[in-house]
Amino acid sequence: MGEKLLMKGAEAIAEAAIRGGAMAFFGYPITPQNETPEYFSRRMPELGRVFLQAESEVAAINMVYGAACTGTRAITTSSSPGISLMQEGFSYIANTNVPCVVVNAMRGGPGLGDIAPAQADYFQATKGGGHGDYHSIVIAPHTVQEEADLMFDAFELADKYRIMVVVLVDGLLGQMMEPVEFKDWVDVKKFKTPEWATVGQGERAERNILISFDLMAEGLEKMNLVLQEKYAKIRENEVRFEEYKMDDAAYAITAFGTVARIAKTTIELARSEGIKVGLIRPITLYPFPEKVIGNRASQVKFFFDTEMNEGQMLEDVKLSVNGKKPVYFHGRLGGIVPTAEEILDEFKKHLGG
Amino acid sequence: MKTLYKVPSAITSTDTTYCPGCTHGVAHRIIGELLDEMGLTKQAVIVWPVGCSVFGYYFIGTDALIAAHGRACAMATGVKRTHPESFVLTYQGDGDYGSIGIAEAVHAAARGENITTVFINNGNYGMTGGQMAPTTLIGQVTTTSPYGRKPEANGFPLHIPEMFATMDGPAYIARGALDNPQHITQSKNFIRKAFKAQLNKLGYSLVELVSTCPTNWKMTPVEAVERVKKEVLPVFPIGEFRVVKGVE
Amino acid sequence: MDLKVIVNEERCKSCGLCVNICPKHVLRISNKINSKGYHPVELFDNENCISCGFCYLVCPDMAIAEVKKPEPVK
Repeated sequence: MGEKLLMKGAEAIAEAAIRGGAMAFFGYPITPQNETPEYFSRRMPELGRVFLQAESEVAAINMVYGAACTGTRAITTSSSPGISLMQEGFSYIANTNVPCVVVNAMRGGPGLGDIAPAQADYFQATKGGGHGDYHSIVIAPHTVQEEADLMFDAFELADKYRIMVVVLVDGLLGQMMEPVEFKDWVDVKKFKTPEWATVGQGERAERNILISFDLMAEGLEKMNLVLQEKYAKIRENEVRFEEYKMDDAAYAITAFGTVARIAKTTIELARSEGIKVGLIRPITLYPFPEKVIGNRASQVKFFFDTEMNEGQMLEDVKLSVNGKKPVYFHGRLGGIVPTAEEILDEFKKHLGG
Repeated sequence: MKTLYKVPSAITSTDTTYCPGCTHGVAHRIIGELLDEMGLTKQAVIVWPVGCSVFGYYFIGTDALIAAHGRACAMATGVKRTHPESFVLTYQGDGDYGSIGIAEAVHAAARGENITTVFINNGNYGMTGGQMAPTTLIGQVTTTSPYGRKPEANGFPLHIPEMFATMDGPAYIARGALDNPQHITQSKNFIRKAFKAQLNKLGYSLVELVSTCPTNWKMTPVEAVERVKKEVLPVFPIGEFRVVKGVE
Repeated sequence: MDLKVIVNEERCKSCGLCVNICPKHVLRISNKINSKGYHPVELFDNENCISCGFCYLVCPDMAIAEVKKPEPVK
């Protein structure tokens, strides 16, 4: 642990990625995260690492794909419309079983939308915006410190499972400045090219072919089963969540990212009025913490999900509750950020029911 | 008996899946010969396209990737930037390079990426059944230009080497043809120079190879090579369009 | 004399490009059938073959596996 720095989220993400061993960044400018590629463009050459501004997000994700196939820790960052462009690449990366990290600083949509914060890419991130049966690990920090910490984990998880890891943030988490202490630098001199990488056969007995393709359906089914087995292991082992004041809670709020930090204030306000409410905050959105939510269903009177979207994580909460208790919702669309008081007012509408 | 010509060891023993008379096989072989001669086989990473040659990794025995359609130059950039000691080649067709992939192609060239592209121009989209391509000639009938390509509806074919020669990033750009032994040997020499450009870190290198597609041209293989000579080469002439110092 | 052109019959798809380009007309499509159902090419006149290698150059299938030239008699 080093010194405490006051940093903007978008830059903390970059610095954490660099300390966490990112060796190559490929990206394209898009608001509200331009500080991130700009930060990489200054720091990567200082360290002799790769920075390239690609001609589009389509190109960027395919450059990441190529770098990932060499076993290099590669990262791209973008925002919702750019992430839409990358979906094809995500699907290819998934079925090739190569590691990489993607950061999505979500903004209001659909379409060109606006540049205000939103959470409307939850479905896209967790259910797969690209084609086919695939998943990426999706993690959602809610403070600048957590953004920094999780970037280290993102690369570790990516390498461990040879999978894409999506770090889902929004413009608010990107623009806010908070104190952050970075974990120790990962020693990149210890990095070795993996046996499976395509860098030229060299001394290897066999050549490597990394493809997401099998023209024979039986072969493609096998490739899919490999993925399914991987996802089962991830669901078993990598669930992360935070429970805040849940032990005596009569009601549970579910929220992620920016809205979760607002919900913590809502909980303080509620408790000052004597309402015992707590927060279940998924940190991994995939794998989703369905067990912990399901377990609290016997304890609470209802769940109250709140997001900056039409109700996306809401569906996973409902599935986890499985009809045992009501699940209510409050959301804002188009880049509006709800206040703590607004969430409390909406929550209270369901009391006494 | 002295051996004058022998199939190179970089070519695998897997029979190709290409149609009879399709010159993809010729292109593969001359690439394989150069990989052998220049000792590059164990260093090479080939990024294969979407198209008939998606299967190329079965036939040339190097480390291999398949890119998403049109993205080979971006994928190759990712490989080369992180592993500059690898010898990186993209092999792409009309759609992959000239249509869906044109932005990635232009920008890899503009950046002077030290990668080499072999671009197969056979005037149609072969794998999907013979649709119009950016290189389809005016008047040429394809499955999506059944009345013949008309400029007022479909514009004009792209002259890719000529276009790319206006950029400073490319170190070597040439167009060859695979229709007869002389042109095939000349094409191999062009590709050798392209490989040298990469090895000498001079920038992007591109060799377009005018090729045949007997099946979708609805011709015999012999008729197809005749068509290249009579109809295609007058529109897409053989030549070297950019040769920077140090390539020779 | 040993064969100047070695044909890998299993790889031949009977495209006819080599027969078409041979300046000495020593190649022809045979009546044999390979396991893919193609009639492979054959070198039927070894003596008049000049080992120019044109057949090897134009073959897209590596079916012309090798072209050899007799060493001059001292």
